[in-house]
Amino acid sequence: MEKNNKIALTGGQAMTYALKQINPDVMPIYPITPQTPIIETFAKFQAEHAVDTEIITVESEHSAISAAVGASAAGARTVTATSSQGLALMNEILYIASGMRLPILMAVSARALSAPLNIHNDHSDVMGARDTGWIQLFSENVQEAYDNTLIGLKLAEVSGIPAMAIIDGFITSHSIENLKTLPDKAVKKFVGEYQPEKFLLDTDNPVTFGTMALPPHYFDFKLDQDRAMRKAAKDYEKITQEFFDLSGRPYGLYEAYQVENAENVIILAGSAAGTAKDVVDKMRKEGKKFGLLKIKLFRPFPSPEIAAALKAAKNIAVLDKAMSFGTYPPIYQEIVSALHQEPDLAKKDNETYLIKKAKPKVQSYVYGLGGRDIFVKDIEKVFEDLIRGNISSEIKYVGIKNS
Amino acid sequence: MKRQRNIIEIVFFARGGQGAKAAAEIIAQAAAKEGKFIQAFPSFGPERSGAPTKNFVRISDQPIRSHEPVVDPDAVLVLDETLLGEPEITKNLDQDESLIINSVKFSEELAKKVPYFNGKIYPIDATGMSLTIIGQPRPNTVILGKLLKVTEVVRLESVLAEFRKIFEKKIGKEETDKNILAIEKAYDAL
Repeated sequence: MEKNNKIALTGGQAMTYALKQINPDVMPIYPITPQTPIIETFAKFQAEHAVDTEIITVESEHSAISAAVGASAAGARTVTATSSQGLALMNEILYIASGMRLPILMAVSARALSAPLNIHNDHSDVMGARDTGWIQLFSENVQEAYDNTLIGLKLAEVSGIPAMAIIDGFITSHSIENLKTLPDKAVKKFVGEYQPEKFLLDTDNPVTFGTMALPPHYFDFKLDQDRAMRKAAKDYEKITQEFFDLSGRPYGLYEAYQVENAENVIILAGSAAGTAKDVVDKMRKEGKKFGLLKIKLFRPFPSPEIAAALKAAKNIAVLDKAMSFGTYPPIYQEIVSALHQEPDLAKKDNETYLIKKAKPKVQSYVYGLGGRDIFVKDIEKVFEDLIRGNISSEIKYVGIKNS
Repeated sequence: MKRQRNIIEIVFFARGGQGAKAAAEIIAQAAAKEGKFIQAFPSFGPERSGAPTKNFVRISDQPIRSHEPVVDPDAVLVLDETLLGEPEITKNLDQDESLIINSVKFSEELAKKVPYFNGKIYPIDATGMSLTIIGQPRPNTVILGKLLKVTEVVRLESVLAEFRKIFEKKIGKEETDKNILAIEKAYDAL
């Protein structure tokens, strides 16, 4: 029987515990709604002198991320946390952080956006920030909340790109679950001493950050940024291998749960993955070849790898917890695009080629907006739709009557 | 109808401010200390004082993956008996499952308020006991004594140890001892 190490925390506490072990130099925060329990728990650690971090309490999230940009550019290991409207308010500066290649780690408790006013979980806030040039790591549960905080920090620093470690607001941030933590020493070794390549307070090697770039140069900066982002997927693989050696917990670019020979596959990100795994197991017992592909690394998006993983799939349901008004929701767009990329024709037998030939049908679903619960029966219904070939270009809505 | 037998699922119905979330967390933490796999989470409604609240606990020998709210509980605790009119309280609560109610009334009388429930009702005057022993209304933790007696889901000692760990620093040894005595009384009550 699997054993646990008797520790149980909320997702917010688990992330805070990881941040405490990281012991960052600076943490600028806006300590008012819509915040997470992360910052109050961290402030307690700081008050008890368990960390040396300088906490800067500012007057808005726009200022919190601005202060984080300043601290990170100065050469400090910098973290922050936010949620919902707070992330939306940061938007302008998110681009500046990534454009200046500042490896800030941000813990995000993903929640709905106003209006109408709602404080519950969905992925509207983080999906709204998907093109800001930040790495995005989704977490299924409290264990992944802890692990992704450590992996996210290291990935940001290795790749030179800021990273969001994302948990589902309330469902993960406020729920107590078991987890395994690493010893302080192991975390210290894993994240290492922070030694930025270039930083403002390095007066022997003066540099400029965020300079003006006119038409002859701006485009090239952006291409460099994209190259770094694509390379971050490789960095992620190396770092998660190192993390696996340390913890025994594997972190792939995505998680394929019973996908290998599955004709019907659900794809989603976040806490509903656990519920979907239970449904997959139940269906497998009935001899039905169902699988779940869980999105972990959403930015950069590992398109060819995910397309290859879906080579046996005939019917796919993509479940999004966000909308893109007037078009298809974010994860669906990624999956359809991944499945339609031209394969590398030089290698006709490669997996991307196979998937191209298989051409699975893909149905889009939106679920859980503003904290609407998703039940086992809802996921079973999605699988039923897939078996019956109930697939069309029309978006379906889970938990809405008559849809 | 139980889908999974290797897991115990409990729902706490209460009102905002009654401490049901704290009680759910104590029992979950105590189970975790016993090496069990657990989940404790509130149903996230508007958290106003006096508004109806729901808290969920899962305890299992296997890792728990589902993040579905508990829809088919093994035991239900009601901290405020004025909530008993809500049909949701006994939904999917079967004949061999338990309904524990903070009340001075007898189970026969309470049964009239839950006409669709055929299982066993366990009334416990948790508010009265806490007023007598602690001198304050603390039904949330006192009722845990009854829950443990009825469900045997966690050992009493584990819950008492967890209570002491959380509260001794906050309320001092004397108050903690009184609270623990009240939980033990609820455990032993007929």
